[in-house]
Amino acid sequence: MENFEKSGINSITENLKNTDIDEKKTPFIKIENVSFSYDSDEDEAPLPPVLKDVSLEIKKGSFVALLGHNGSGKSTLAKLINLILIPTKGKIYIDGTDITSESLTEDEMYGIRRRIGMVFQNPDNQLVATVVEEDVAFGPENLGIEPSEIRRRVDEALQTVNMTQYKKHSPHQLSGGQKQRVAIAGIIAMLPECIIFDESTAMLDPGGRKDVMNTIEYLNREKGITVIHITHNMDEAVRADRVVVINDGTIFLDGTPKEVFSKVQELRTVGLDVPQVTELFYELNYRGIDVDFSELDEKKCAEALANVIIQNRK
Amino acid sequence: MLKDITLGQFFPGNSALHKADPRMKIILTMLYIVFVFLAKATLSYIFVVFFTVVLVIISKIKPVIILKALKPLIFIMIFTAFFNIFWTKGDSTPLFEYKFIKIYKEGIVFAVLMIVRIACILTGSCVLLTYTTSPIALTDGLEQLLAPLKKIRVPVHEFAMMMTIALRFIPTLIEETDKIMNAQKARGADFNSGGLIKRARALLPVLIPLFASSFRRASELATAMECRCYRGDKGRTRMTKLHYKPVDLFLLILMVTFGVIIIVINIYLIDILNFSV
Ligand SMILES: Nc1ncnc2c1ncn2[C@@H]1O[C@H](COP(=O)(O)OP(=O)(O)OP(=O)(O)O)[C@@H](O)[C@H]1O
Ligand SMILES: [Mg+2]
Repeated sequence: MENFEKSGINSITENLKNTDIDEKKTPFIKIENVSFSYDSDEDEAPLPPVLKDVSLEIKKGSFVALLGHNGSGKSTLAKLINLILIPTKGKIYIDGTDITSESLTEDEMYGIRRRIGMVFQNPDNQLVATVVEEDVAFGPENLGIEPSEIRRRVDEALQTVNMTQYKKHSPHQLSGGQKQRVAIAGIIAMLPECIIFDESTAMLDPGGRKDVMNTIEYLNREKGITVIHITHNMDEAVRADRVVVINDGTIFLDGTPKEVFSKVQELRTVGLDVPQVTELFYELNYRGIDVDFSELDEKKCAEALANVIIQNRK
Repeated sequence: MLKDITLGQFFPGNSALHKADPRMKIILTMLYIVFVFLAKATLSYIFVVFFTVVLVIISKIKPVIILKALKPLIFIMIFTAFFNIFWTKGDSTPLFEYKFIKIYKEGIVFAVLMIVRIACILTGSCVLLTYTTSPIALTDGLEQLLAPLKKIRVPVHEFAMMMTIALRFIPTLIEETDKIMNAQKARGADFNSGGLIKRARALLPVLIPLFASSFRRASELATAMECRCYRGDKGRTRMTKLHYKPVDLFLLILMVTFGVIIIVINIYLIDILNFSV
């Protein structure tokens, strides 16, 4: 009898898994007509909304770059997704659960925060402990995980970000890029399904930036973690599979990097740059040299340029 | 220059005292202080000195380091001794008498013993605790040792967390102070000349940006901790659990023996070598 029941439960969970696979098309993150304004000080006029009627769907396993000028509401949007802030209007669904519902319990809230990790700009202000491995353990410790399992996760996370040899170091002995990788390890030790990087490369030198970008790409491609990468660096945005441009609290452009960056004029009106190659090809086109500038890969661009030069000689 | 400041004065090493559990070391330090205060007879003071030397030897800390630690306290020790010499009244005739000032033999003995007591307590607690325990281990030890107080709503975990964060941010803030000072120097600020007031005033343009940035850091850190599911110690586990090891038992036995000897001397041998205290 007991066996029968157990197998019954098993088959139900299996069914759930199957439907999960079927529902791959339903987005992992679904933002529906969300508006948000920060609370003003008591006797002052209410602040204008930071986000206005934003709708956005993000698929599991995708790599989305979020662009926009300073103060356009990118960080605010990120904080809404992992429940640090609550929308003034609209609904947000994570994997089908309504996280904006009134009946969300505290445990469910922490569950969402575990699933949607967040890495910030200043690596110094996210590390809590005085030893690298203790810091990586901070998240799992908060989740109440068994000590042996925490140990395993910490070692694995440090391995993933390639910082194992620094595990006994203290954070202030590390470079910016290394600190940021420790911060990432601290998040992946909680086994999130999605990580939001809020300008996590902005304060780093080119070397550190490259290391962190490679880590982000590795997490997305090899570990299947959904990535939302907020950045001002267009050459980083090119590496995403989708680019979302936000301007004054609304979605301004949304598409593949090729689609978005071909709209050079529009991007410039909202105060954004385009990747260097796009800029070069755009200017060439502007001056009457006919090249296809939707290509974003530097090597391919070089080839296209070479072709143009050869053709012009003939 | 500011970077050289180290906190807690922890000297890494691998002596028995370094390896001992921080909780045990906290207990041992408290026992040690109590036992030193129990010492009454001169003989027990000799024994206290002997035992303190044994502790220093076990810790493998260089005596020079300990002398350095005692140096700033010499003034306080001499001051206390001075008062004891003049204020203690003995039964015998005074050794020295001038108007209302009378110095007795007892006063001198008492003053010397006082110095010995202060020096021993200082050396002992440095060697047992601060010199051989890293600040993190100390915080962890305190948190776990005081855990029972949580039942009566003492915010033990919160204090430990504050300690940890303070320790984490001290180097960061020192570095930042350095940067701000250099930035102000580049603008012509002068921190090294003038009187006390002028110097203090020169520090104001350093402190204000430092405060502003600390507040920003605090708010960012709070958000980052929230993102990492921090909710106080509710349902929180730890990666490394503290375990008592054989060395802890050894040290405890040593300390208890010390206490027993002090008490035995107090009861049975108080008259030997005694100048009466
Ligand atoms: N805690 C707050 N209280 C009030 N207003 C805020 C708060 N945080 C942000 N804002 C305002 O909300 C707007 C959007 O801020 P947000 O941080 O989301 O922008 P952002 O796109 O992340 O910009 P940046 O590129 O500079 O990081 C800004 O105008 C900002 O002044
Ligand atoms: Mg931002």
